Amino acid sequence: MSVTTLPSRRDEAWRYSDIDAVAAAWPLPAPESIVVPAGGDFRRAIVQDKGAIHQIEMIIGKGATASLHILNIGGAYGRIELAVTLHEGADFTLGAAQIGGGEQNLEIVTTVTHAEPGATSRQVVRSVLGGTATGTYLGKVAVARDAQRTDSEQDVKAMLLNRSATANAKPELEIFADDVKCAHGCAIGELDGQALYYLQSRGLPPAEAKTMLLQAFVAGVFDGAGEETRLQQLALAKLGELV
Amino acid sequence: MLKIENLHAAVADKPILKGLSLAINAGEIHAIMGPNGAGKSTLSYVLGGRPGYEVTEGSATFDGQDLLGMDPHERAAAGLFLGFQYPVEIPGVSNVQFLRESLNAQRKARGQEPLSGGEFLKVAREKAALLRMDMDMLKRPVNVGFSGGEKKRNEMVQMGILDPRLAILDETDSGLDIDALRTVGDGINTIMRHPDKAVLLITHYQRLLDYVQPDFVHVLAGGRIVKSGGPELALELEREGYAEIAA
Repeated sequence: MSVTTLPSRRDEAWRYSDIDAVAAAWPLPAPESIVVPAGGDFRRAIVQDKGAIHQIEMIIGKGATASLHILNIGGAYGRIELAVTLHEGADFTLGAAQIGGGEQNLEIVTTVTHAEPGATSRQVVRSVLGGTATGTYLGKVAVARDAQRTDSEQDVKAMLLNRSATANAKPELEIFADDVKCAHGCAIGELDGQALYYLQSRGLPPAEAKTMLLQAFVAGVFDGAGEETRLQQLALAKLGELV
Repeated sequence: MLKIENLHAAVADKPILKGLSLAINAGEIHAIMGPNGAGKSTLSYVLGGRPGYEVTEGSATFDGQDLLGMDPHERAAAGLFLGFQYPVEIPGVSNVQFLRESLNAQRKARGQEPLSGGEFLKVAREKAALLRMDMDMLKRPVNVGFSGGEKKRNEMVQMGILDPRLAILDETDSGLDIDALRTVGDGINTIMRHPDKAVLLITHYQRLLDYVQPDFVHVLAGGRIVKSGGPELALELEREGYAEIAA
C-alpha cells in the first residue's frame, strides 16, 4: 500500500482519484496498522466526513474476527484504502456506504489477501451519488496458493441520482488455490420509477419518497456495527441533503 | 366530488383516452367495466398522476380543485387513493414505516398533527384485522414475497389506514380467491361506504360487484364511456359480453 512517489492516474489503484487533492495531502502519513491477535475480535466504525485519505493495514490472526464499518461522506475528496491479510480461519467483514453529491470524489479501495486456508471475507459496499459526484470501489481479493477453502464475497451496488454522476466498481480476483468460493457482484442503477411513484401515491412528497428508497438501499451495510444507530443517522442526514 | 370532462390522454404519444366524461358524487360507488385495452388502467393512472401519462385535452376536478395540476402526493393528501392493479414490491422498506410516514405526510399537508407510533399502530391493527391480514405482514417489506392476493389485501389495508375520500380501485379483484374476494369486498364497504366518500371500481368481471354493489356502471371502450346504467348493466355485460354492448 505505501507509495513512495506521488501516484498518477496511470496507477490502477488511483485511476479515478482526485490527483490534485492527493498532491495537496502529499506526503501521506504511514498507514495505520491494526493487528488483531489470534482468536481476537475487533470492531471499528469509521466516518470520513472531512475529505481525508485514510489508509489502513490490517492483519487478522488465526481464527480472529474483524469488522469494519465505513461511512464515506465528507469533503471534496475522501479515500479509504484497506489492505487486509487473513490468516488461517480468520474472518473479515466490511460494510461500507459512500454518499456524495456536488463534485465530491469518494473512493474505497481494498485489497483482501487470504494468505492461509479456511478464512472468510465479506464486503458489502453501497454508493449513492448525485450531482457530478464520483464514487469508486476498487476491490481485490487475492487468494494464496495454499489458502484452500477460502470463502469470500464482494457485493457492490451504486445508485445514481443524476445522469451526471459517476460510479466505478471493480471487483478483482487473483486466485492461486483451487478449492475456493469467491462471489463477486456489481450493479449500478437508478431509483426505481415505479417504486417512487407508488410511495408518492400514498402521500409522500418526492424528497421523502426518494430518501426512503435510498435509506433502504444502504440499510444493511451497518448491521452489527458497534455504532449502528449513529452511522444510520449520519447516512440518513447525508441522503436528505442529496435528494 | 370528481368531475372528468372530455379527457384525452396519451401514453408515449399514443392516444388512449379519447374524450372521457364522468361525474362522481359523494356517497356513490361507480364501476367501470370494459374490454382489454379500453383505457381503464390509463384512466386510473391519469387520475393518480403517474409520470408518462400525458393529458392532451380536457379536465378533471376533485372537489372543484384542478386534479391534473396536482402532484401525486398532493392528490393523496387531498383525499384520493389509487389501488394498484400491480402493487409494487419495495425491498428494505417496512409496510408500517411506509404507511406511518405516508399518513403523517398527508396529515401535515392538511395541517393536522402527526400520529404517534402507538396511535398509528392502533389504527393499523384495526384495519389489518378488518382485512384479515396478519400484523406480521405489515412489519415486512412492502409487498415483498406477497402472493397476488396478499398484495391486493395489503392495498385495502393501506386504504383503510389512509382513509381517503375517493378511492379508485384498479382491478382490485384480480388475483383474489373466493374467500379473499369476499373479505376485500367487505373491506371496501366498511371503509368507503359513507355519505362523504366515493369509489370508482375498475373491473373486468361482475363478481366483485356481487359484494360491492355499485350505484352506477359504465362501459369504457375505445377510450370513452360508451354506455352507462345501473347495477343491471353489469349483469347484462356478463351475459352478453362487451362486443355486443360496446359496438
